[in-house]
Amino acid sequence: MTDFLLILISTVLVNNFVLVQFLGLCPFMGVSNKLETAMGMSLATTFVLTLSSVCSYLVYTYLLAPLELVYLQTVAFILVIAVVVQFTEMVVHKTSPLLYKLLGIFLPLITTNCAVLGVALLNIRKQNSFVESIGYGFGAAVGFSLALILFSAIRERIAVAEVPVPFRGAAIGMITAGLMSLAFMGFAGLVKF
Amino acid sequence: MDSVLTAIFVLLALALVFGLILGYASVRFKVEGNPIVDQIDAILPQTQCGQCGHPGCRPYAQAIASGEAINKCPPGGQATIDQLAELLNVESIPLDAEHGSEDVRKVAYIREDECIGCTKCIQACPVDAILGAAKQMHTVIVSECTGCDLCVEPCPVDCIDMIPVGTTIGNWKWPAPPSPMQIIATDRSTPSEETA
Repeated sequence: MTDFLLILISTVLVNNFVLVQFLGLCPFMGVSNKLETAMGMSLATTFVLTLSSVCSYLVYTYLLAPLELVYLQTVAFILVIAVVVQFTEMVVHKTSPLLYKLLGIFLPLITTNCAVLGVALLNIRKQNSFVESIGYGFGAAVGFSLALILFSAIRERIAVAEVPVPFRGAAIGMITAGLMSLAFMGFAGLVKF
Repeated sequence: MDSVLTAIFVLLALALVFGLILGYASVRFKVEGNPIVDQIDAILPQTQCGQCGHPGCRPYAQAIASGEAINKCPPGGQATIDQLAELLNVESIPLDAEHGSEDVRKVAYIREDECIGCTKCIQACPVDAILGAAKQMHTVIVSECTGCDLCVEPCPVDCIDMIPVGTTIGNWKWPAPPSPMQIIATDRSTPSEETA
């Protein structure tokens, strides 16, 4: 249980996927203009990340490792992720039209989110167990959501603030992201993992 | 060589299994559209004129499906209302005058020597029936025009006329046959008359 908690804290705060490991930056910059869409994206990503982390662990442990096909992991994981995303989209479309409307275009976009592939590959490198890979995927997703929602809330405020002309738009966004990243460095050394 | 074959085989098998899962899911989690909306939309005249207060025929079809009045479509006229009433099994009601009156079918006509090429009517046209470019004369594609009147108001030089389309041998149609309920004499009497 302590291990699980440590993994969560480690992935959410100390090794935050976006702000410390710099994975999944494109949705981080792309869909952070509005708080509402950022929340939809976070929700979708959390679901897909956790599920694909587990699925890719299973594929690796029971298919690739016994057959000594470890070098196929990237291709296989991309396949897994694409399937998980498609499957999720179908299920959500059927079971909850409201959620489907809310997530909309973001669901298929997750396929190309590098944090998802990153988590699958890091699971293998860290030699996580089954339960650990669930926690790792979920923690990474929560960390991503935290960063994305905080960042979009800040950007909503920046939109009405008086920003010097040369810094307007993406530039001030990048600077803000850099400052947030600096702030998250404060968590380094909180947990030894 | 063997390891390459294994790799190809494993990837193929993986892709096949995933394909089967997705194929099953697409059947199992198939989403049907609301069929009643499609049926209503098929009855509406597709002029996309917006006189009902909705931005097109399909939104109005959705609104009818969720309980809005069926008598807000002037281009369709009484015939459309009767068909809608039959489909939805409700009482047929006269056209709501608030949304416009039923009229003979018209098409827009641009008096081309007066047109200044402002493109305002092109933007207003819901069915893209007006052809032209900025500072070039515009004209109406008659076969596309639904006669919805929306282009008349934005024209700054008032050079658009709505011309009624007369019946010619090209567009004359047989009158619609009476509904089955009207053919048999005993069906025509309503239950209320029988009790009276």
